[in-house]
Amino acid sequence: MVGIVGYGAYIPRCRIKVEEIAKVWGADAPSYKRGLGLQEKSVPQPDQDTITMSVEATKNALKRAPHVDPKKIGAIYIGSESHPYAVKPSGTTVAEAIGATPDIHCADYEFACKAGTEGMFVVYGLVKAGLIEYGLGIGADTSQGAPGDALEYSAAAGAASFIFGNDKVLAECNETFSFMTDTPDFWRREHEFYPRHGGRFTGEPAYFKHITGCAEGLMKKAGTEPKDFNYVIFHQPNGKFPQRVGKMLGFTPEQIEPGLLCPLLGNTYSGSSPMGLTSTLDISKPGDKIMLVSYGSGAGSDGFIFTVTDRINEVRDLAPKTRYMLDNNKRYIDYGTYAKYRGKILTAD
Amino acid sequence: MREVCVIGVGMNKWGELWDKSIRDLFVESALLAIKDAGVDKIDSMYVGCMTSGLFVGQEHLASLLADYLGRTPISSTRVESACASGGAAVRCGFIEVASGMSDVVLVGGVEKMTDVSGDGATYALATAADQEYEVFHGATFPGLYALMAKRHMHEFGTTRDMLSAVAVKNHDNGSKNPLAQFQSKTTLEGVANAVMVADPLTLMDCSPITDGAACAILASVDKAREISKNPLVKILGVGNATDRIALHSRKSLTTLNATLEASKRAYEMAGKTPKDIDFAEVHDCFTIAEIMVTEDLGFFEKGKGGHAALEGKTALDGEKPINTSGGLKSKGHPVGATGVAQIVEVVKQLRGEAGERQLKNPKVGLTQNMGGSGGSAVVHILEVM
Amino acid sequence: MFPARVWREIPQRYRLEANRCPQTGEIYFPPRLVCPEGKCEKLEPVKLAETGTVESFTVIRVAPSAFTDQAPYPVGIVKLDDGAKMMCQIADAEIEELKIGMKVKIEFRKVQSDGKAGVHAYGYKCVPVRD
Repeated sequence: MVGIVGYGAYIPRCRIKVEEIAKVWGADAPSYKRGLGLQEKSVPQPDQDTITMSVEATKNALKRAPHVDPKKIGAIYIGSESHPYAVKPSGTTVAEAIGATPDIHCADYEFACKAGTEGMFVVYGLVKAGLIEYGLGIGADTSQGAPGDALEYSAAAGAASFIFGNDKVLAECNETFSFMTDTPDFWRREHEFYPRHGGRFTGEPAYFKHITGCAEGLMKKAGTEPKDFNYVIFHQPNGKFPQRVGKMLGFTPEQIEPGLLCPLLGNTYSGSSPMGLTSTLDISKPGDKIMLVSYGSGAGSDGFIFTVTDRINEVRDLAPKTRYMLDNNKRYIDYGTYAKYRGKILTAD
Repeated sequence: MREVCVIGVGMNKWGELWDKSIRDLFVESALLAIKDAGVDKIDSMYVGCMTSGLFVGQEHLASLLADYLGRTPISSTRVESACASGGAAVRCGFIEVASGMSDVVLVGGVEKMTDVSGDGATYALATAADQEYEVFHGATFPGLYALMAKRHMHEFGTTRDMLSAVAVKNHDNGSKNPLAQFQSKTTLEGVANAVMVADPLTLMDCSPITDGAACAILASVDKAREISKNPLVKILGVGNATDRIALHSRKSLTTLNATLEASKRAYEMAGKTPKDIDFAEVHDCFTIAEIMVTEDLGFFEKGKGGHAALEGKTALDGEKPINTSGGLKSKGHPVGATGVAQIVEVVKQLRGEAGERQLKNPKVGLTQNMGGSGGSAVVHILEVM
Repeated sequence: MFPARVWREIPQRYRLEANRCPQTGEIYFPPRLVCPEGKCEKLEPVKLAETGTVESFTVIRVAPSAFTDQAPYPVGIVKLDDGAKMMCQIADAEIEELKIGMKVKIEFRKVQSDGKAGVHAYGYKCVPVRD
């Protein structure tokens, strides 16, 4: 049995409300909140980035997998759009911090918001193939939205870390499927600070096409239907899209709810659907069937089917739960502080 | 060991001295000291300077200053112990005379701090702390002393007014010192309401950035009697000690152990106790430093240094005058020069040459010079014969 | 901030590796080659505890250039639950809640970066324990 043996998330403490951003740009806050299904988002402080959040999320995952010796982790893949270096992997620092070096494979992944699930897919495959004993797949981002752009309301920060292995599995991976085409809905050129997107083009031909293509392909491959699942998690660029695509595919709001963090968290990009999964695992019971479908602009989706085992009851409480981190210990900041933290202010140098 | 006297002292006005270079500063005060001593031949010289390399890109001061003093091929050595460089230079000169190796030694200290930006000065000064375990985390020197102040307030009930009282007194004394950088006075409110630098220390709790130099001439007692017209001032005791450099490694945040040990050594050598000391020049890089130092020198019980300052015990007319010169706070703190300037003030007081600041018949004075957050300290005890 | 200097401190900054004198039991951070109490040279490697209390703190308001964007920020001396002491920033804390004796835990953060193009230096900070 191969699957998740440990999982953990990390959400930075600061938050900014939609009203606060709308005020600066003269936008109508209530209609943004309605249209995006979004109230507030997380903001990283200058001392937090993809690496620091990945370390803390992984430490939480290790707390849920006390049987795993970090030195036995055979691979670490961090997917992000905001790796702190353009050249020098985030994975090396995280591996050093948890004591997993030097006998370990490392590569950083990039594919807009699905880079986290890519890492998960690859370590799953390596464990299944018997090439490694344990592997780390991590999705983390401190994503940027251009000032005044729609994406500024949702671009948030967070991390989710999964240890895959084949002993003391808490969620068995039953099936995977990937669906990908060359679709330029959202991109960032080398050396550009902010990404750009195709507006409404990011909807039907991008997000919806790939998520439905992946979900349908996954269910067909596994011989399952929406009603066979207890929970489903989709990539969450805003609070509306996941609910709409869920409805399109035949899922109910109750199936989507536990994993839908976006309204209060924002879009954590490579952390988005992975954190939806950690949040769902936090409330799952043995036997629960969970579907995860990520989406990355460019464009593609990775799909997974998990079945929760008895082990979940033993480890669920060993580390902070995702909703707990989302709802507690919050510190609201104003737009000026937000702009300073996110490096949006032009300084003398 | 022979007995050693201070036969000459020299010091220029301290401040932001834009037209003086490091060599100007040193040579001017050295010439004053040489004249005051009435000597011709000098056997050797020691220069205390913390970091001319970082401030003006100049190392090898031993050679540069011997050269511009016009004294090459004199034996010359640069001594460094962060802010205790000056005191350490005095001690080296003392040893050279006491050992019989030389009869007349020039000891001086200099620092030229205003050729770099405020940031550059902060960076240079921070090299006195633990780079990888203190400075790396963003600790500044005011921050390190603030950590000690917070703890002193927590353990002994030291108050904001007690810290301020030290600054008020030192500015009061400095206003009577024509060589001091600042001759302005201040008040308890003025100190407390100045801009906060590192809680609880405000700008007025901190010594300034200064350009300056100070020099003294040491001679054996016999040589002194032979050539000096000034009252004889002997260095009776010298003590030098270290403490763990990083605050987190120390046993207590409220005791400056290097100062305590250095003073023990000096008292023993001089055959004196704290009660025998009439007045002292101490290292008030920050107001809290003066409070802790007066305790660790044995002048007041541990925890009572602040009370003593607030009650006026350390004022010019108090039972234990501290920093009659105005201290680092008002006189200024050109890092490497401070330790030697302390000797200059003590000698002037003992000779009766301290003008408006003159104490009534002082006999025994003490100088305490400290490096960094207290990682090194050197104490001298002087007596007028 | 030359890369070698940052790299050399990784075991301490990332993993809190310290050492302990077997004779006195005292923990040294950073680890030492020789025990300052008894001159013993056979110190044993240990990892620091990750929770503790604040022994003293200050708030740096006038910061060195690498930290001006973060000012004001608190710096503290933390006594960890194993008795070892260390200095670090106190992150995620409101200035009003800082007090001597408050409970904290270690968290991995980016401590400084060498300008826009130099290396990042990661390490430990502490955060308040609020439960």
